[in-house]
Amino acid sequence: MSEFFAMGGYAMYVWPSFALTAIVMLANVYATLSQRKKVISRLKRQHSSTES
Amino acid sequence: MFRWFHKLASTKNFYRLAEILTPLLAVACAILLAVGLYRGLFVAPTDYEQGESYRIIYVHVPAAWMSLFIYMVMAFCSLLFLVWKMKLADIVAQVSAPLGASFTFLALATGSLWGKPMWGTWWEWDARLTSELILLFIYIGYMALRSSIDNKSTAARAAAILALVGVVNIPIIHYSVEWWNTLHQPASIAKIGTPSIHISMLIPLLLMALGFKVYYLVVMLTKTRNVILEREANSAWVRERVKENRL
Repeated sequence: MSEFFAMGGYAMYVWPSFALTAIVMLANVYATLSQRKKVISRLKRQHSSTES
Repeated sequence: MFRWFHKLASTKNFYRLAEILTPLLAVACAILLAVGLYRGLFVAPTDYEQGESYRIIYVHVPAAWMSLFIYMVMAFCSLLFLVWKMKLADIVAQVSAPLGASFTFLALATGSLWGKPMWGTWWEWDARLTSELILLFIYIGYMALRSSIDNKSTAARAAAILALVGVVNIPIIHYSVEWWNTLHQPASIAKIGTPSIHISMLIPLLLMALGFKVYYLVVMLTKTRNVILEREANSAWVRERVKENRL
């Protein structure tokens, strides 16, 4: 297992590549979902204020 | 055909279609990436020249492909918007820009992390690397231009024109490894039929590439839905959905 993590001596290049990719892709998902939440809550507020 | 196209172009229909497709695509994306990562990190053999460092290919190449693919989507949508005033196309182009910029950044960063052990340098002003960096600047320029113009429709048109002009960079990136004597290695798998990469290394690469494409679809569709809701907040169908709590 430790051999796997060592990546034949290239661990300091391989893992940051995969980690950075994961971080950037997850950050985009997070940004998208929080934008969605914001839009929906704004719509609900807008709608309830026009209703009453 | 035109009718079908017209129907899809309506934001309401697009919203419904995206709503159905997104969860299915998200599952497909998770499976593709999980299997691709497993096969890329555990099953694929060690490279006889580059050792384990070559495994960076499984994020670097898919990211680089996405940087070009998303740009082509953006440019195509910009054309649809400029010629046929298709609002939906403008939204897709708009939400694609940050995703394209993200993948361009990843292609450059992971390339740098691969270049250091293999070429002995983080960066080299060679044709492939420089043209990819220009792509990043075009994406950033597109987003900056869009947000710097207050009039929404002027901003959309200006950005669309910029996206179309920027297309010239795409073949330059693609052929840079052939036109110039670059440090960057030539394509390993583009040669259909005789890819210069072993099948056990190729399969995870294709799985990852497909996974990245589906990922883009999932995020792009969700972002597009967000913008549709925002832009059509006052339309009857959005009101209806808000009332029924069906967003």
